[in-house]
Amino acid sequence: MEIFLIDKIVLIVAVFGITLLFALYSTYAERKVAAFIQDRLGPNRAGIFGILQPLADGVKFFLKEEFIPAHADKALFILGPSVSMTTALMTSAVIPWGNSLELFDRVISLQITDLNIGILYVFAVVSIGVYGIMIGGWASNNKFSLLGALRASSQMISYEIAMGLSIIALVMTTGTLSLGEIVQQQNGSIFGISGASWNIIYQPLGFLIFMICAFAECNRTPFDLPESENELVGGYHTEYSSMKLGFFLFAEYTNMFISSAIMSSLYFGGYNFPFMDQLGLSHNLVTILGTTFLFAKIVMFIFLFMWVRWTLPRFRYDQLMRMGWKMLIPLALINIIITGLLIVVLK
Amino acid sequence: MHSLSNRSKVVVKKEMTLTEKMYLPAILGGMMITIKHFFKRKPTIQYPEQKREFSKVYRGRHILKRDEQGRENCTACGLCAVACPAEAISIVAAERKKGEEHLYREEKYAKTYEINMLRCIFCGLCEEACPKDAVYLTEELAPANFDRSNFIFGKDKLVQPVGTSAHPKTYKPYKK
Repeated sequence: MEIFLIDKIVLIVAVFGITLLFALYSTYAERKVAAFIQDRLGPNRAGIFGILQPLADGVKFFLKEEFIPAHADKALFILGPSVSMTTALMTSAVIPWGNSLELFDRVISLQITDLNIGILYVFAVVSIGVYGIMIGGWASNNKFSLLGALRASSQMISYEIAMGLSIIALVMTTGTLSLGEIVQQQNGSIFGISGASWNIIYQPLGFLIFMICAFAECNRTPFDLPESENELVGGYHTEYSSMKLGFFLFAEYTNMFISSAIMSSLYFGGYNFPFMDQLGLSHNLVTILGTTFLFAKIVMFIFLFMWVRWTLPRFRYDQLMRMGWKMLIPLALINIIITGLLIVVLK
Repeated sequence: MHSLSNRSKVVVKKEMTLTEKMYLPAILGGMMITIKHFFKRKPTIQYPEQKREFSKVYRGRHILKRDEQGRENCTACGLCAVACPAEAISIVAAERKKGEEHLYREEKYAKTYEINMLRCIFCGLCEEACPKDAVYLTEELAPANFDRSNFIFGKDKLVQPVGTSAHPKTYKPYKK
């Protein structure tokens, strides 16, 4: 029992650290990607290639004046960013970061906990995340913040439906809600290549819907209406300063990392990679390689997030709602029907 | 309207086709454009370390030349002041005394030679007007200042320092 606890604590700390590190360097990557797409060089003064820029930003955030507006609700004002950050970090508990390691005569799973309702847990936590933004926007007692919070909540509620519906089709094909099992199933071979039967092959439309919704859930362009700096000043975080603002911004990048991990796990095979069982490597080595592949997939998704952000302009609010309710939800329903029909016909 | 560039497109309000309604092809097209820019060579010049070369014909602040023996070329003829469209140049002439032959090349010289850098438009007409090869526009920038009076450059700032050669950085013939 104690050994089990130690395993888990080590794993939790590692995942926590890696998540934060990824979030930290996502800010740097974002600025670099933005710069490169706009024919600039981006931050390159702090350290070689500006690699220390996130640290400088972090230090700056901590040194900034901690300001709470006079008319703000103090308790809620502090609660907002805390909820955002906590929920952003909580989701990583059910993501399988790798298969399992055989160390010290024990088998250590690289998933912190394999809940049998893993996907539902993710959804539950992500929908709590919107409370952080809502509470923050409301507590600021500022019109722009409130409008930003309003947009955030309506946007998230709208896109969660389509997201859930796209997942239902996935659950129909996999027959389980556990993330660990879903990833395990994608280990099967296709055309004789082991570890390549990824769900994207069976659920391309579902993946597309899920990805669009993930963009919306993370408040990323083209769905960054809650922030929309050129019409709402800063949206829900207008009144925030110092590390509280940092938490809000950080939560966005953490969410981006987590949704990339979830997309990789659900649709792109998680830690599975082609030919994984045909290489004849030891189990531990395959696991480590698998984890590396998972992170490569995550990095690619994060790049996609940024690439899209610096390509597309923002939706108008009515376009956003039309897209969510009149395009994505019917599409997701059609996807469920097609999936159901195919399952009945093929099995 | 006749188009001059042949690039204008007539805007037609028509129903979107299905592919256009799906947005995705257009989005992918846009992403292709941005990724092309992502891998492009960046035109950035890392300023303090790297400096961009001035154009060969750049016209910066003025210099009053000396000849090979260190004598001032200017004879205070005033043609530069006449040529100046901004009336930035004012000259007070004086006669060369005995024993000053090593200072001034001609018998008449400029006792004061002032250019108001706030008036100057750096057109280079003074340089073209000068018959004595005395005034040139260099590649140096006219520096900023807090005080208006400091923008009136006298001979202390304009005359080429003694012992300096016709260095390309400080002296460049305008037309050769």
